[in-house]
Amino acid sequence: MPNALEITGRGTLGYLDYIGSLSIQWWATVRGMRAALPLVGNRHRWRSAVHQIFEIGFAAMPMVMLLAMCSGFILAMQGASELRRFGALHFVIDLVAVGFTRELGPLITAIAVSGRSGSAFAAEIGTMKVTEEIDVLKIMAFDPVEFVLAPKYLAALVAVPCLSIVSNFFGILAGGLFMFFSTHLGLPLYFRYVLHSIELRDVLAGLIKTVAFATIIAQVGCLEGLRVRGGPDAVGRSTTTAVVRSTFLVIVADAVFTAIFYFVGKT
Amino acid sequence: MSIISVRDLVVEYDGRRVLDRVTLDIEPGEITVLLGGSGSGKSTLLRQILGLERPKSGSVVIKGTDITRCSQADLAKVRRSIGVAFQSAALFNSLTLEDNVALNLREHTALAPSIIDLIVWMKLAVVGLAEFGKFHPQELSGGMKKRAAFARALALDPQILVLDEPSAGLDPIVAAELDELILFLKETFHITALVVTHEMDSAFRIADRIAMLFNGRCHAVGTKDEIRASQDPRVKQFLNRIPDNAVHAPAIAAYLERYVQGQEINL
Repeated sequence: MPNALEITGRGTLGYLDYIGSLSIQWWATVRGMRAALPLVGNRHRWRSAVHQIFEIGFAAMPMVMLLAMCSGFILAMQGASELRRFGALHFVIDLVAVGFTRELGPLITAIAVSGRSGSAFAAEIGTMKVTEEIDVLKIMAFDPVEFVLAPKYLAALVAVPCLSIVSNFFGILAGGLFMFFSTHLGLPLYFRYVLHSIELRDVLAGLIKTVAFATIIAQVGCLEGLRVRGGPDAVGRSTTTAVVRSTFLVIVADAVFTAIFYFVGKT
Repeated sequence: MSIISVRDLVVEYDGRRVLDRVTLDIEPGEITVLLGGSGSGKSTLLRQILGLERPKSGSVVIKGTDITRCSQADLAKVRRSIGVAFQSAALFNSLTLEDNVALNLREHTALAPSIIDLIVWMKLAVVGLAEFGKFHPQELSGGMKKRAAFARALALDPQILVLDEPSAGLDPIVAAELDELILFLKETFHITALVVTHEMDSAFRIADRIAMLFNGRCHAVGTKDEIRASQDPRVKQFLNRIPDNAVHAPAIAAYLERYVQGQEINL
């Protein structure tokens, strides 16, 4: 019967092993990404990356728009119910604008992409592993990292920030609709207040986060796929694990980045 | 000089020895058939020859390059001269048959698309699938998938062909056609083939030499006449299909009779 110390030690080593594998895979993917770039890379990889951009970005857009609208309404209504008591209803605009640009836009996008694309990466690569397609790639003298992982990572790096901008817009728009229905504030004026309340560093902080989230989602999804051993049930497990782990790591990374920006902003 | 030379190859998984000092030479232009029961190490040996795994010790020299110690670039160069058809076919499910066969040509050659189309058609025609180029693998029967994998293996006109159970699950006519195709490729293009099979008729039809693995060791190697005339008990057992633990019908009958009579049974 293992004691608590053994269990803790084994768990810690397991996590360190996982983070190490993620880092090694990330570095290999970064090195292989040149092949997926337009003009300088391989046109087949670039075409694959464009296809992935559509899969991750355009296909997810309705879902992200809807999630952002709902979250925008929720944030505006929750904020208004408290701020109204202090006669500061106009601060709802700042709350929604800054909250979405810095925090909620990137986070909602990351959770949506993690559920849709992170799981899809794990399932696709896991199936390729089970059906020996990854082995065939190696035997055909293709580098699986360059062939499979690099286009997906590049696509995530392009699509997630773009989706996040869409998410920010629709979240803020929902706040504007709330303000219109509750205070009859016109949308043009609302957006003028929004532009007044957000700063460039808020936008940059949000975009930096989205790059980190895209990295986590793509790398975790691909690693879970590559770790598949066995049959179709293992593929199913890997998709679940990919979503759970990437969502967890996205929130941890969000906390770390928010803390960094908070302390950097104070100085 | 041998085109493939395996020397004292030792492979272990979690301390369990799967290949034990296997030594095997495959001469250019020969068809070598690898025989052996389930768990004898055939697939492991194949994966070693294809450079998919690293051994514990020993060497695998292909065309003068030791693939257990060479760089990735040299390994890729060696792999381009090998065509492989896996037992499960391992076709890329997202691609049509044409694209599966064309992939190697598009990526590893500078041929014009019209020439590639012609070559793809020829390769598919060789295996009787010229009319199925636009089909996806999931739309084909098991036998057709195997033939398509064969066509893909031939795409770059490889010097070495590795076939894992090419005729397993095929009807006798298609299996015989594949045997004839292997012989045709050998006679016309002087191709070297390593074939893993359980089909004795097929093995003795196509083989120049037969190697038999038993318990991870290369138990016997020789021409088909030498293997047929072998007095080795394991070789005879395999060729004559004699089970290891023959089911003893009278003992089972006696057991059932005692069971029905309610007598005590000591197992």
